[in-house]
Amino acid sequence: MWKWMHPYAKPERAYTLCETLLPWCWIVALVCMVVGSVWGLAFAPQDYQQGDSFRIIYIHVPSAMLSMSTYVAMAIAALVGMVWQWRTAYMAMIAMAPVGAVMTLIALFTGAAWGKPMWGTWWVWDARLTSELILLFLYLGVIALYGAFEDKLQAGKAAGVMSLVGVVNVPIIHYSVEWWNTLHQGSTITKFDKPSMAVEMLWPLLINIIGFACFIAAVTLMRMKNEIVRREIHRPWVQGLVGKEEGSSHAV
Amino acid sequence: MNCVTRGVFQRELALAFRQKAELMQPLMFLLMVVTLFPLGVGPGPDTLQRIGPGVIWIAAILSSLMGMERLFRDDFQDGSLEQLQLSGIPLYMIALVKVFSHWLVTFFPLLFLSPLLALFLNLTLDMYLALIATLVLGTPLLSLVGAIAVGLTIGLQRGSVLLALLLIPVFIPLLIFATSAVDAAALQLPYRSQIAIIGAMLLLALAAAPSAIAYSLKVSQS
Repeated sequence: MWKWMHPYAKPERAYTLCETLLPWCWIVALVCMVVGSVWGLAFAPQDYQQGDSFRIIYIHVPSAMLSMSTYVAMAIAALVGMVWQWRTAYMAMIAMAPVGAVMTLIALFTGAAWGKPMWGTWWVWDARLTSELILLFLYLGVIALYGAFEDKLQAGKAAGVMSLVGVVNVPIIHYSVEWWNTLHQGSTITKFDKPSMAVEMLWPLLINIIGFACFIAAVTLMRMKNEIVRREIHRPWVQGLVGKEEGSSHAV
Repeated sequence: MNCVTRGVFQRELALAFRQKAELMQPLMFLLMVVTLFPLGVGPGPDTLQRIGPGVIWIAAILSSLMGMERLFRDDFQDGSLEQLQLSGIPLYMIALVKVFSHWLVTFFPLLFLSPLLALFLNLTLDMYLALIATLVLGTPLLSLVGAIAVGLTIGLQRGSVLLALLLIPVFIPLLIFATSAVDAAALQLPYRSQIAIIGAMLLLALAAAPSAIAYSLKVSQS
C-alpha cells in the first residue's frame, strides 16, 4: 500500500521531487498571497467595531494556524523517519523547524501589534497568546537540540524524539493554559468574542491561508534541497549536479 | 521482577547513597531558591501565601533540572549502560528502574522537606495537603519526562543548559495544574479534578516514556 512512497527515501529521488514541486508551490504561494493580501488589506469592508485594525488578521490568522500545523507536520515527518528509517524524513523535519518558528514569531508579533490599539496593551497572558509563546519555545528547543549534534543523522533522530514529545504536549499545554487563564482572570477580554465573519471578509482570509501554506511548503522545499545537497555533497549525483550548474554558467 | 532488574535497582541506590553530597545538593538548592522569594517580594504573609504553591513548584522543577543529568551520565560515560543493555533485560525496563530510583533519591526526600517549605511560605493545612498530593503525583512525571531529554542530551559535551531549554516548556502544564490545585485548596474548593489530570498525565508518561527513553538512549549511543 505504501510502496509508492519508498523510492522517495532515497535523497536523489527526494531532490527531484523537490525540484518538480517547487515552482508550483511558488506560483500558488505568490498568486494567493498577493491576491489575498491586496483584497484583504485594501478592498475588504471595514469592521464595524474595530475599523481598519482588524485587517491584521489577514496576516495573523494564517501564520498562527500554520505555525501549529507546521509543528504537527514536523512531528509526522519525525514519526515517518523513525518508523521507516528514512533519512530524508529527518531532513524534511529539520527543514520545517525554522520556518514554523518564524511563523510563530509572526503570529506573536502581529498579535501584539493588534493588541496595542484594541486591548491597550502589547501583551496579555491570554490563553492563545501564551500557548503560542510556548509553541515558540518548543520550536527553539528542537532547533537547539538539532544544532548541538555533530552527526546530523543522530541530530535528526534526537530532534525527532523531542518534536514528538512536544506534539503530545501541545494539546495539553493548550487546554491547561486555557483553564489556567479562566481560573486566574475571569473576563478581561469578552470583547474578543467576534461575530462570525462576513463572506467578503472571509474570502481573502481563506486565500491568504492557502498562500501562506504554499509559501511554507516552498521555503521548506528549498531548505530541504539545500540540506540534501549539503549532506550528500560527496555523492556522484550531487557532483554531477554541480558540474551541470557550472557548465551552464560558463556557457553564459 | 527478576534478579537482574533487582540488581540494577540495588546498584542505583547504592551508587546514590555513596555520593551523599550530590544527593543533598538539589535539595539545598531548592531550599535556597524558596528562601530567595520572601527576600525578593517582601515578607508579607498574605503575599507569600498567594505565591507559595507556585514558588515551591518552580523551585522543585529547577532543582530537578540540576540533578537530572545524574540519571544516565555516569553510566553512559563509564560504559556500564552498554553492559546493562547486554544483560538481556529490555532497555525500557532498565530505564524505568533507573527513573524510579532517581525519583526515590531526588524527589522522595522533598516530601520530608515540604513541611518546612509550607511553614516558610505560610501555607494553610488544606493547601499543604493539596501540595503533598500534587508532589506525590507530579514529581514522578518530572523524572519520567526528564529522562527522555537526558537520554537525548547525554552524548553532548555541554548538555545541561540545553536540557533545561528542552524541558521547561514541557513541564508547564504540570506547573499549571499543580498550582491551581493548591490555589483551589486555599479557597476551600474541591481540587480533585486537577489531581486527576496530573494522575492522567502521569499514567500517559508511565506508558509512553520508558520506550521513548530507551529509543533516545539508543540514538545517543549510535
